[in-house]
Amino acid sequence: MTSGVLDSVLTTARVVVVAGSGGVGKTTVSAAIAAQAALDGRRVAVVTIDPAKRLADALGFGAGQPIGNDPVRIPLDGARGELWALMLDTRSTFDALVDRYSPSTDQAERIRSNLFYRNISGALSGTQEYMAAEKLYELHGDERFDLVVVDTPPTRQALDFLSAPARLRRFIDHPLYRIVIAPSSLGLRAVNAVSQPVLRTIARVVGAQALDDALAFFRAFQGLDAGFRERAHDVDRVLHEATTKYVVVTSAQAEPVAEAGFFISELESQGVGTSLVVANRLMPDFGSADDVSYDSPDPLRENLRELTAERHAEESVLLPLRTRLAQTPWISVELVAELLDERHDTLAAIRRLGSVLGTSD
Amino acid sequence: MDPRRFMSASRVFIVAGKGGVGKSTVAAALVTAARRIGLTALLVETDGKPLMLGGTVDAGLSAQTITPADALAEYLDRSGLGRISRRLISSGIVDVVASASPGIDHLLVLGKVKQLERSKAADVIVVDGPAAGHALTMLRTPRALAESVVVGPIRQQANDVLSMLNDERRCQVVLVTIPEPTPVNEAVETAFALEEDIGVRLAPIVVNRVDDHENIPIPDSVSSTSGLVRAARFRNTRIDGHARCIADLEHRLPLAQLRLPLDTTATIDEHATQLLAAIERLPEPPDAP
Repeated sequence: MTSGVLDSVLTTARVVVVAGSGGVGKTTVSAAIAAQAALDGRRVAVVTIDPAKRLADALGFGAGQPIGNDPVRIPLDGARGELWALMLDTRSTFDALVDRYSPSTDQAERIRSNLFYRNISGALSGTQEYMAAEKLYELHGDERFDLVVVDTPPTRQALDFLSAPARLRRFIDHPLYRIVIAPSSLGLRAVNAVSQPVLRTIARVVGAQALDDALAFFRAFQGLDAGFRERAHDVDRVLHEATTKYVVVTSAQAEPVAEAGFFISELESQGVGTSLVVANRLMPDFGSADDVSYDSPDPLRENLRELTAERHAEESVLLPLRTRLAQTPWISVELVAELLDERHDTLAAIRRLGSVLGTSD
Repeated sequence: MDPRRFMSASRVFIVAGKGGVGKSTVAAALVTAARRIGLTALLVETDGKPLMLGGTVDAGLSAQTITPADALAEYLDRSGLGRISRRLISSGIVDVVASASPGIDHLLVLGKVKQLERSKAADVIVVDGPAAGHALTMLRTPRALAESVVVGPIRQQANDVLSMLNDERRCQVVLVTIPEPTPVNEAVETAFALEEDIGVRLAPIVVNRVDDHENIPIPDSVSSTSGLVRAARFRNTRIDGHARCIADLEHRLPLAQLRLPLDTTATIDEHATQLLAAIERLPEPPDAP
């Protein structure tokens, strides 16, 4: 049983969203939090929406192992709970949503084969973030799990993740959408007058075929919008619930710290607080070079002095964030040099990191 | 290699790398280095992100920021759609235009870069691109659109951008990585995808934050649990790890490397000095006069 900062965050958590810049060890921290909670008896699903498939690597999955859009159980020795992992597949999550809200299989098929839909469901930025939120919502309601840990893409897209449900609603409420579906509800004559110059301009810009595909999509989408809108509202509610905790991970470099600060501000502007900051990959404290005896060899003393200078530089990079978040729980995690070696045992490293996080106070 | 020769290899350098490798710092250092050797240089930000380097940026280094919305407005203006474009943008139809043809926002940004290049806005134009995965998406867009859109201004724009990307004397990509396993793996994957899918020329790859110190000898006389020895072991593990990653990168990617030393307190000016020194260490290309 752990006690300390992480435990107090997890006790009341049903969802943990882990955010931060790329390259700060965010995926590993997500996996470590999930593993630690599983060891403590929680039934945990950890989700990555990072296309680099790093969580799979971090969990020791080789190529061809079954990790995908459905949760897969990860064996964890000594766990009182369960650890499950999955990688988000944006397209199939979107497909499932279309199937759920389509009045008929015909209509679902028409949407799924539409070129515009295939483009937005696979590639459009924002769609991926929305589908991650959707997946989070689905797992949140799945009785197999009592905790969902979500690893997010690098910071800027993670913000899209929070606002994705609202943006989907705006998309459905969009003037163009209303123009296109209006013929059935408002009558044709009034609509043509408004829509034609606009449509002609758009066609000039994107090409007539792309516009036709978009219009066909919007027509096919009729009847689904109410369901989608309601669902987006529900997802939004879960993202803002008190049991949804936001963990921000940073390293001690200027750019990731700036990104972390930006993200925390965005969370605040959405009325969401940061539950925990993990300052990761820090230079360990080896003691002061001034305290060691003068007869120790020069290269050793010189090295200790250099590493201490690096540590101080890191502290000054982190200081403004730390001062600003004086009231927010903060865990400092030292870099294990062996982690720089890809031959290390990743699952063991994740467990070790989990126990460091679990015992910090 | 003579830095002037390096800098005049192409007008546009697109700097790409995953988050946390110091991509923006390298882009800023490249601009500073170009100015120091007497060239005019322009720093272009592509994702609307302000330069977030805290106090490390010297005041003279202002960046031009290109956002998709601005690029679209300008593009519509140039296409003779000025009046209607303002209406399109104010009504939010821009969102749907972008949705109707995914990647159009990327194309517009690259189109603006191409326009800066054509108008010779500076001797060297450094584009601080989006993070690695997204840089790839962005650079793939012109070919995808050139193939899927049959006619019209978008097709023309896509073709124009593609010919810039495919001409090594107009545009090259500078990949940035750090000597750690995951960033090296991603750099190798990105490099091959850039060359094969897009046909863009890769400049020497920047390996940032290299600890190239010699191994610290650890005498038996010092207690192995002392901070001195633990610090030396940590340092040696890092030095060896970096050397292994650099060798691995060299083995997997046939690109010259610009290695920048680990220096946690360096200013952009100092990074520029280190970059120039790394360029000078490169061998002169075989066709040199």
